[in-house]
Amino acid sequence: MGSTGPHAIQPLPDKPRFGKPVSEADLAAWNIDIRTSDGQGLPAGRGSVSQGRQVYAAKCAACHGADAKGGPVFGTMVGGIGSFKGAPRVLTPGSMYPYAPILFDYIRRSMPMDRPQTMTNDEVYAVSAYLLNLNGLVPADAVMDAQSMPKVQMPNRDGFLLDDRPDTQAVRCMTNCK
Amino acid sequence: MSSNPSRRNFIRRTAALTGGALAAAGSARAAPLPIPQANQEPGRVIDETAYGMPSKFEAHVKRRRTDVFKNRQNLSDWSMTPLQHQPGIITPNGLIFERHHAGTPDIDPKTHRLVIHGMVKQPLEFAMDDLTRYPSVSRFYFHECSGNGLTDWLKPASTTVQQTHGLLSGVLWTGVPASTLMEEAGIDPKGKWVLFEGADASAHARSIPMEKVLDDTIIAYAMNGEALRPENGYPVRVVIPGWEGNVSVKWLRRIKVGDQPWHLRSETARYTDPMPDGKWRQFSMVMECKSVITAPSGGQKLKGPGFYEITGLAWSGAGKVRAVDVSVDGGRNWREARLEEPVMDKCLTRFKAAWNWDGQPAVLMSRAVDSTGYVQPSVQDITKKRAIVGFVQHHNAIQPWAVNANGEVRNVIGQA
Repeated sequence: MGSTGPHAIQPLPDKPRFGKPVSEADLAAWNIDIRTSDGQGLPAGRGSVSQGRQVYAAKCAACHGADAKGGPVFGTMVGGIGSFKGAPRVLTPGSMYPYAPILFDYIRRSMPMDRPQTMTNDEVYAVSAYLLNLNGLVPADAVMDAQSMPKVQMPNRDGFLLDDRPDTQAVRCMTNCK
Repeated sequence: MSSNPSRRNFIRRTAALTGGALAAAGSARAAPLPIPQANQEPGRVIDETAYGMPSKFEAHVKRRRTDVFKNRQNLSDWSMTPLQHQPGIITPNGLIFERHHAGTPDIDPKTHRLVIHGMVKQPLEFAMDDLTRYPSVSRFYFHECSGNGLTDWLKPASTTVQQTHGLLSGVLWTGVPASTLMEEAGIDPKGKWVLFEGADASAHARSIPMEKVLDDTIIAYAMNGEALRPENGYPVRVVIPGWEGNVSVKWLRRIKVGDQPWHLRSETARYTDPMPDGKWRQFSMVMECKSVITAPSGGQKLKGPGFYEITGLAWSGAGKVRAVDVSVDGGRNWREARLEEPVMDKCLTRFKAAWNWDGQPAVLMSRAVDSTGYVQPSVQDITKKRAIVGFVQHHNAIQPWAVNANGEVRNVIGQA
């Protein structure tokens, strides 16, 4: 193998770089995540409990049932607050979510199941307000927006602990173990 | 197990192997063999192009949804790998378990884009033919849903190992190290968490610590020697080795760097573990050391006393499998099984142990130990620490299978 032939060892190139620069503005339609602990990322727009009742009836009730108490496809989204010390634990947005903006993030990214990411931000705020009201967490005249939503106090806010496993202490017994 | 039946069986097998005059008890002498039809006529021609499929006689080997309860929709649902039919440690692509939150999309790789943005120096966009140009890695890993074993904690609900443990597969993933793409975008030193988001109808997303992303995370476009299957994330997904399956977001469209986790529904209201004081353990993403006997396993029937090879799978999200112990008396006495090479980090490991069944009722169990020294717990060990109510995740307890005098094998979780 000569030093100039087709099999000559080439010097290593710089690290390959194939990414195309893109601006945050060009990603606006994709940039849908909300940092739910403080609401960072919540968009402009607003929606009231009463508006949410109408949006819910049109777009949610078919699966989730009247008053979000459960329907043909999914179970209840109301109640369960205080149920975690016994069984069954009833998991609803009201009982489970530590931060209210989770409602906005999840509804906007995933709902309604047959046409996700088609609701306006106003509609998402409104449905969120309605569900929070059904759970007794905001009053009937509440309006949700980027300022009000992070301030809603959720009952399970301090209900989480970080992974502290391994928690079991199994022993490798080989004979006459029980 | 008494030694006498073992010894008898050993003598019996030795006699058969040496072609001795003693016919094995219970075995009729074989009849003369005719020439098989397949020897006497040509087989099928080679098609111009084809994608090979299993023999028609293997049609029973299929993924299946849970038979324990009926989901009222099948978009956010799951199907399970038939582990009882899988030899070795690799799951064929058509049998790898599924878990989707809103069905399987069909995504055109020509138009698909992946972006990295947030706390980076330069947000970047990648087309698929950009991603496949980077130096690639191929690595074997186990892949397990956090909900594997969901229905079987305190009492048996599932019949087969497919139903108890089939949210588990072994895969050779190929792709670009996530660190390659992250470094190209330039990570802000304050960037400590990374959001991965899918292009499916749930836009499923999770927050992952930067340390894990830069350690061994892969942006994968191939599995077991071919492009990802649609149901496994085609054309590109993230693979986060050893961690619960749902963090390895499929149909990956977006990576965002942030300074704290997002606390999404998928990491608060779901995939968290109930604790006895009413709290929930969060970000419990490592799948801890676990094993299961795949044969003999639930729903199978032994053909009478004699030799059986007990075999199964062991794995750990914390490292390598160091040892697997097997018990045939419900956990009273154990002996170490043989581990079959290769034994790889965060990968399925195959174990085997010879067993001479004496025809008496027996309870088979396996117990794995990983390279950190962690010993696979019993359900009782876990119950001491966690609340076992509702759909409990991260079930890595010892699985007992009972064999009755007829040779029928059944699930006795919580009863042995």
